[in-house]
Amino acid sequence: MTVGYEPWDRARGAEIIAEHAGLEGATLVILHALQEAFGYVPEPAIPMVAEALNLSRAEVHGVFTFYHDFRKQPAGRHVLKLCRAEACQAAGGDRLAARAEAKLGVALGNTTADERVTLEPIYCLGLCATAPSAMLDGRVVGRLDEARIDALVAEAQR
Amino acid sequence: MTMRIFIPRDAGAVAVGADDVALAFAQAAAARGAAIEIVRTGSRGLYWLEPMVELTTAQGRVAFGPVTAADVPSLLDAMAGNGQHALRLGVTDEIAWLKRQTRLTFARCGVIDPRSVDDYRAHGGYKGLDRALTLTSDQILADVTTSGLRGRGGAGFPTGIKWKTVAQASADRKYIVCNADEGDSGTFADRMIMEGDPFVVIEGMTIAGITVGATKGYIYIRSEYPHAVAAMNAAIAGARRAGLLGKRIGGSAHEFDLEVRVGAGAYVCGEETSLLESLEGRRGIVRAKPPLPAHKGLFGRPSVINNVLSFAAIPFILDNGAKAYADFGMGRSRGTMPIQLAGNIKYGGLFETAFGVTLGELVDEIGGGTLTGREVRAVQVGGPLGAYFPRALFDTPFDYEAFAARDGLIGHGGVVVFDDTVDMVKQARFAMEFCAIESCGKCTPCRIGSTRGVETINKIINGERVAENLAVIEDLCNTMKFGSLCALGGFTPYPVMSALKHFREDFGPAPARLQAAE
Repeated sequence: MTVGYEPWDRARGAEIIAEHAGLEGATLVILHALQEAFGYVPEPAIPMVAEALNLSRAEVHGVFTFYHDFRKQPAGRHVLKLCRAEACQAAGGDRLAARAEAKLGVALGNTTADERVTLEPIYCLGLCATAPSAMLDGRVVGRLDEARIDALVAEAQR
Repeated sequence: MTMRIFIPRDAGAVAVGADDVALAFAQAAAARGAAIEIVRTGSRGLYWLEPMVELTTAQGRVAFGPVTAADVPSLLDAMAGNGQHALRLGVTDEIAWLKRQTRLTFARCGVIDPRSVDDYRAHGGYKGLDRALTLTSDQILADVTTSGLRGRGGAGFPTGIKWKTVAQASADRKYIVCNADEGDSGTFADRMIMEGDPFVVIEGMTIAGITVGATKGYIYIRSEYPHAVAAMNAAIAGARRAGLLGKRIGGSAHEFDLEVRVGAGAYVCGEETSLLESLEGRRGIVRAKPPLPAHKGLFGRPSVINNVLSFAAIPFILDNGAKAYADFGMGRSRGTMPIQLAGNIKYGGLFETAFGVTLGELVDEIGGGTLTGREVRAVQVGGPLGAYFPRALFDTPFDYEAFAARDGLIGHGGVVVFDDTVDMVKQARFAMEFCAIESCGKCTPCRIGSTRGVETINKIINGERVAENLAVIEDLCNTMKFGSLCALGGFTPYPVMSALKHFREDFGPAPARLQAAE
């Protein structure tokens, strides 16, 4: 489980939901807040969100599954996102992504068996003039080359 | 005397080490007891020079770059001494790449401290709102309309007409919505302005609010932009403290407040109706139009929904007059466009200029060609839904209509350069793949068409019945273009068809039917 997150706790979940339930269109805000606390959106939270917002479970589940950001299980200890969009492709991103996949032994979208690293594609970090780019646990890195991607992978594996 | 040193906090600069440089400056200065003040700014947009550090001197601000943490001790020596250093770029405003631009929207970006209302005001900020508060709604609408400003998100719809529609609608509540879901690859202008000059966005939205009678605004920022989210939230708090958001704005009778909402990784939410659904807390499924958002938008209320750059252009127009803005540009494309040069390019960054500059000037002269030094083969303009242009079309002027006439679009102003190692059939397949991943699923041409498109292009790559499959692709593209509900399915054919049209040699052997026709 990713370091720094709380284990799922129903009372804590209810508290987070209550904190934001009064906002207009609160569903995404709540799902973000839950994921920020627990590292993913635990399944038991879905009916709780539905009840708080007077929605059906299906509606909340639908929102939860629509967006790429929300996780149904915890990510690896570190999350390495590689930009796979056109500007990074033009700057050699395909080759670097393949290199990261080979080094980690997993394809994009997967977590290593030791649960240390989740490798994910991301479609544009807006760092297109310093491409190719990546994000490691929220830290942005640009102008990637083989040495830099190797260093990032090594850092993620620690 | 305290040295004033400016170091960007822009994500693009941070990605190449700006935070390390700032830390190194603080440590080196402390170690030698030098008095320095570090101001974290946005980026000037000269990304090949980032991290670019500036120093206040008697001649004005002087730039150094690209700086690494290891350069800092020698830089501090130079700054305290005669100013000479191998990384010295000269007086910032005299740097040719910057001097050649017309910065109306980005005038303050990279110059001011984005966390300071006072700095914003000291550089001409809030003059637009000050003037707007003395005008009637109709007078502001007249200014926005005569400026010729068109939606900078990509669709190019006249902003004045949109605002007028909302102003004339009657409702218990109205909303201002800022589309900061800048998902197009090759674009970063929204991110830059939110990080480097967030108050200009706030000011533009506030003017929109008092014009149409809305008291609440939302800025929907994509989750891939955490730095922009932080910068906007800090600026909103600052504006509230200064009495520029909330009740009685600037001492007037107007009320307006803002809230940032964060997306969750769905490209389609950059489409305005999908964005509204997402803001309402639902799946980002596209709405059929009509009703237009101007009539029934957020929570069913009349809403102005504009791109970040559209709102950011407003303060200049109100401050300097509609004519001052409209004097720039060509044809029906008035004013300036913040163009973003990206991908495999030597001098990548933000280049704001009047409409009319040609694609060739942008890529070859301003961009300096490819970073790899190889031949430029293709340029994608306008994001993942924009067309690929070959060198033969480099005389196309940057103008909404000129690009449309050549089956392309300027979109949000992103220009992505590819060298001659690019395989255009793979780029065509990627366009379909991306559409398949990001389709909201509401309409069949987009949802199914994109997947069938990937399969069919794979067959072409494998050399299976190439002529027939190319005909299928053309037919499929027509179905998607005319049958899709929004621009995601509707515009995916642009990159696919332009790749096929201009780079036919990458799509397997020539089809029999074309040979027969020759």
